Amino acid sequence: MDDFNFVRASSVADASKRAAAATEAKYLAGGQTLLPVMKQRLASPSDLISLSRIPELSAISCDDDKIVIGATARHADVAAHPGINALLPALAVLAGGIGDPHVRNRGTIGGSLANNDPAADYPAAALGLGATIETDKRHIAADDYFQGLFSTALDAGELITRVVFPIPRRAGYIKFPHAASRYALVGVMVSQSATGVRVAVTGAGAGVFRVPAMEMALARSFSAASIEASTVPPTDLTSDIHGSAEYRAHLITIMARRAVARALGESLS
Amino acid sequence: MIELSLTVNDTKVHASCAANTLLSTFLRETLRLTGTHIGCDTSQCGACTILVDGRSIKSCTILALEADGAQIATIEGLAQPDGTLHPIQESFRAHHALQCGFCTPGMVMASKALLDRNPSPTEADVRHGLEGNMCRCTGYQNIVDAVLAVAKKPRGA
Repeated sequence: MDDFNFVRASSVADASKRAAAATEAKYLAGGQTLLPVMKQRLASPSDLISLSRIPELSAISCDDDKIVIGATARHADVAAHPGINALLPALAVLAGGIGDPHVRNRGTIGGSLANNDPAADYPAAALGLGATIETDKRHIAADDYFQGLFSTALDAGELITRVVFPIPRRAGYIKFPHAASRYALVGVMVSQSATGVRVAVTGAGAGVFRVPAMEMALARSFSAASIEASTVPPTDLTSDIHGSAEYRAHLITIMARRAVARALGESLS
Repeated sequence: MIELSLTVNDTKVHASCAANTLLSTFLRETLRLTGTHIGCDTSQCGACTILVDGRSIKSCTILALEADGAQIATIEGLAQPDGTLHPIQESFRAHHALQCGFCTPGMVMASKALLDRNPSPTEADVRHGLEGNMCRCTGYQNIVDAVLAVAKKPRGA
């Protein structure tokens, strides 16, 4: 990879300041996507601003109605957190299924959301659970945050500081992982809360998206059977060497049904 | 060049490297600890797995500078100074858990991380814990056997 200036930020304010001063800065959290991308020279930032010396940025806290996860919290820490396992196990399951153990020991929630890979797991969590992405400048609702392929509402230099998940009545996540990469060929997060039902799909299109037809059916009757006949048209879905758009469309319904079953604590083949 | 200080296999190290030096390269080329292998250099194969502050990571996907201040454990630190193998290494040998041996340092370090965290894993736990490590000789069965043999018996078993 090309060389760069390496700086360790001492605080969120310091990180923002250093990013603003650089020609082309990137924040470095776990580096599990950024470093491979830099090795391929798909990115060659002038400055890497390490977030590893800002301890408060990795804090996780839970109370009765929400879970707050710091941007540099590792996937392994989310997966193992007792409060998250008790209050929102679907999120712990999702984090524990990202990549492999070594990747989970480095990768962070903020990094995943900032990158917004179309097959990443965390975008499904944020959108499917109605999270709020907090930055050094503002609070962004997940519905406004994801803007398609590797695109987000973040401005240049804007830094995610934490992600706030309201605790739903129930939620379930399941993915059909690619056998080698463990990325989601299709992954679905389903949640039911006082504000309604959410169904968010990752892996199938250019970015994470909701499925309103399934949400309405589940709002009427929250059961796997109620979405059995509900399908997403393959028109805008991804076709690649791993699977056709039709195949992904088929998987969405199956994964959504299984996610509902998981949310209900049922087993479903 | 930027200076860094870290502890590698219980020995304090002060060195310097370029910002874009990966920890795997730093270990192999600066510290001459060539037991850590670089297989794919793309964060997939796990041959470069080491422990940083007790947690397994792929050393090809972390900057050396990010390990400043850390405690590093590599394959070279496992055996006793007199050459007595670590129980995991001994079990790999006894169970023929290596063929060409290229993946072995990463497999052993990933196994150590797994057993440190969960001393009594089931077979499924072992397979899940080694998911980030590839063996192209397809020796997975003997590797799993080797790890289970050094594990404490699961509760109730």
